[in-house]
Amino acid sequence: MSEMEDRQVETVSTRALARLRQNGWLAGASCAAIIAVSVAGQVSGYVAAFACLAVLAVAAMAPGRETEAAVQPVRLVPEANPLEPLSAVHLAAAVADPLVVFDAYGAVVHANDAARRAFDGMRAGLSLPLRFRAPEMQSVIEGALAGDGTVLSVDYSERLPVERSYHVTASPVGHDTGLYVLVFRDQSEARRIDRMRADFIANASHELRTPLASISGFIETILGPARNDPKAQANFLGIMQEQTGRMSRLIDDLLSLSRLEMKPYLRPGQTVDVKETLEAVISSLTPLMADTGMALEREFGEGSFLVSGDRDELFQVLQNLLENACKYGRSGGRVVVQLEKAVSGGVHEVVATIRDFGPGIPQEHIPRITERFYRVDVETSRTQKGTGLGLSIVKHILTRHGGRLTIRSEVGKGSSFAVHLPIA
Amino acid sequence: MPSGHIVSAFEEELQFLSRRLAAMGGQAERLVEQAVAALVNGDPVLAQKVIRDDLLLDEAQREIDDKAISIIARRQPMARDLREIIGSIRITADLERVGDLGKNLAKRVNAVAEGRQPASLFRGLEALAELALAQLKEVLDVFASRSVERIGFVRDRDEEIDAMYTSLFRELLTYMMEDPRNITPCTHLLFCAKNIERIGDHATNIAETIYYMVTGDQMPPERPKEDKSHRVTLNRS
Repeated sequence: MSEMEDRQVETVSTRALARLRQNGWLAGASCAAIIAVSVAGQVSGYVAAFACLAVLAVAAMAPGRETEAAVQPVRLVPEANPLEPLSAVHLAAAVADPLVVFDAYGAVVHANDAARRAFDGMRAGLSLPLRFRAPEMQSVIEGALAGDGTVLSVDYSERLPVERSYHVTASPVGHDTGLYVLVFRDQSEARRIDRMRADFIANASHELRTPLASISGFIETILGPARNDPKAQANFLGIMQEQTGRMSRLIDDLLSLSRLEMKPYLRPGQTVDVKETLEAVISSLTPLMADTGMALEREFGEGSFLVSGDRDELFQVLQNLLENACKYGRSGGRVVVQLEKAVSGGVHEVVATIRDFGPGIPQEHIPRITERFYRVDVETSRTQKGTGLGLSIVKHILTRHGGRLTIRSEVGKGSSFAVHLPIA
Repeated sequence: MPSGHIVSAFEEELQFLSRRLAAMGGQAERLVEQAVAALVNGDPVLAQKVIRDDLLLDEAQREIDDKAISIIARRQPMARDLREIIGSIRITADLERVGDLGKNLAKRVNAVAEGRQPASLFRGLEALAELALAQLKEVLDVFASRSVERIGFVRDRDEEIDAMYTSLFRELLTYMMEDPRNITPCTHLLFCAKNIERIGDHATNIAETIYYMVTGDQMPPERPKEDKSHRVTLNRS
């Protein structure tokens, strides 16, 4: 109650001022007229000054209808809704899920940050029915536009460039505003776990079968014919150790691929210095290069090479590529690592190229070597302890970063793998 | 009205046309996606659904064509509007072909499922389909956003698809030579690969049409094609 009285007292003085402000033009004009008349010499200066004061006083006290109207709601609703002055744009920005407001023609009025990140090319004016063409999305958007104000929802998934699924809700905003809103709740994770399980079983069972069969074969031999032959036993145990090593590497790689598939988006705002990462990769692989007797040549450009992304993942990309170059390009004796900036299709990129001078890859295999378990030469891959997943991991990480991998190779001359990443 | 402008009846008709076209595009994308899934998983039930769904595309084509012709007859549009309508007719024809190719994939599911083929073949086919579908999706996204300056990707992707197709072609020939019993399923898979590659080509056609619709110019001439499968031979040695 006392708060109310305070407000009353306050408003008396503020209202006088407000009225003065409002009637200012009138008062000013009157004063000007009075002064003009006095200058003309018909009235004395004192009388003119008095008349001016009188005009100002009247202006201050005169009831201002509009001011009343403006002050009224504040007085009547002392506890005004704090949401009232809040912009819908701010509200949308605070929502972590993609949210799109559209008009009666299906054109986007506003898309929040999450929506712009999740859907390429999302901006005001874009026609939603043209962008979300899947039949279920078409019917939800149409239903919302034609609808009676009920909330419609549907499960929607996008397979490309990375798989995502959403639970989408469409509903009108407020009453008769002619605006509608689409909210996307990300369910990719749940969906992906299901798929991952199926995928993992399919891949793992197939790839683990071979080493497992070989191990069980050797066990049989050790228990049977080679029971009393310690030399053969030692030999077989060595092979078995190799096979178990292969199985555990395979499981590591499968798990890291699955982990990547689990979190399709990158956290925004992180930047990585590719030059520094590349140096770290090189020093981590120095022992391997010393073992294989490879020489490394650096051809780094000037300046900084910042890209947005996850350092650990980009480390893995460069590590896999450099490791491959050392393993499969051993006969060339050297590896060239290049780092430069380039412009491709209007996009400024950082390009890291790793080039070996080994046997090269036959042309027909190049389009397919990023497929899981695709091996150009099964024997070489086995002896080099390859799992058939390295490049598939590389490709996956680059897709997430909006980057790409280009491969050039000539049989007998060597291969080069170039990582293209958009500049941060 | 929030957008603050009045949409004339004519504009509304054009909008209807592009929305109907986008919906048809969505159906075509879905159809190809499901056809490939049916093929890779050997799922005859899904294949039957794909074959039925192709009718929707045929119907959409008829509807769009009728609408386009009636707009031309009644409104006698000029310049960009005319290009828009003619473009729609062309795109709808391409999409209808995409649907037919998808249906053809689905029809081969049973033939391929006889005798299990190596997993790597299906992975290859899946990767090829992914490229073709990505092509189709991005092209239709450009149709939505009209940002034709980004259309350069179409050519690059086209090359990738062709290289992948050539590689698959070679692999299939190898399997057939290894064992004559593979010839039947592998021939079907060969046609499947070809169909998928054709889907990519239709997507490229659509891209060219969109470029024409928006700019009024033809897309700059193509670089030489990379598909080398017409020269692939395997010699028994």
